[in-house]
Amino acid sequence: MRLIAVLSLTPFDAGLKGGWKSILSWGEGMSDNARRLPDRPTSPHLTVWRWHATMLSSILHRASGVSLYAGALILAAWAICLAVGPECYAGYMALLGGPIGKIVLLGLTAAIFYHTANGIRHLVWDAGKAFDPKFSDLTAIVVIAFTVAATAATWIIAGMTGGL
Amino acid sequence: MTSYRTPRSRAAGLGSAKHGVSTWIAERVTSVALVPLALWAVFAALRVAPMGYEGAVAWLHHPLNLTFSLLFAGLSFYHMGMGMAVIIEDYIHRRSTLVTLLLLNAFVWFGFGVATIVALLKVALATSVGVAL
Repeated sequence: MRLIAVLSLTPFDAGLKGGWKSILSWGEGMSDNARRLPDRPTSPHLTVWRWHATMLSSILHRASGVSLYAGALILAAWAICLAVGPECYAGYMALLGGPIGKIVLLGLTAAIFYHTANGIRHLVWDAGKAFDPKFSDLTAIVVIAFTVAATAATWIIAGMTGGL
Repeated sequence: MTSYRTPRSRAAGLGSAKHGVSTWIAERVTSVALVPLALWAVFAALRVAPMGYEGAVAWLHHPLNLTFSLLFAGLSFYHMGMGMAVIIEDYIHRRSTLVTLLLLNAFVWFGFGVATIVALLKVALATSVGVAL
């Protein structure tokens, strides 16, 4: 009885929409006990967490993945324009070569380098290795530094080879 | 309301869907393959950017370029479809919105993936191209 009283006084009831209740409520065959679970803080809560390298690298992995989703659609449009003909292709390349197109492509260059390098980090974790927090912080910083360097190098090469 | 379900029946209802492993493996296999393919794609973009229309068509006529283009496009669309599905499942908890977005994602990645591959093949396999390169 005392335990139930403590549970019902959990401080996380107010102000949190969704949480465990909503996650559990789409499972079929729910027990009433599970439905009555109090809302718990969901992770990650950006407002209560201190920013650190591994957190930033995790968020950037998702952000770069979503960016590359858009990038794939830009690639699809490129292939379709190439298939349609010279006018379509020239127009599309002019769009990509314009100021907005250049900003988008610069972001996509960073995204593809970041997502690839950080993806290797994830593959190493999937193999059950390199979980040490300090080492993870280090590799996060290495990946971000690689992204900046590789993106700069790519655009310098593009400038020198007439790709801009 | 009192629940008359047995603990066992409750556990059975909340258990795994029994089909997650193949998706997990597919995510990793596409990841491994996309590491070299992504680097190749950046290299290819640098090569093709200054070529213009005829140069790009000729470039795609090379079997190796076509092969890597198809692999990169196909695996990228597959990989990003699985990734976006995870993001949708993470953040969307309303059943109707969840299903709608998952369906939309499935149509987008598969539809645009097929369209890209068709476009690449059409360019690469066209014989009547007056390109002397």
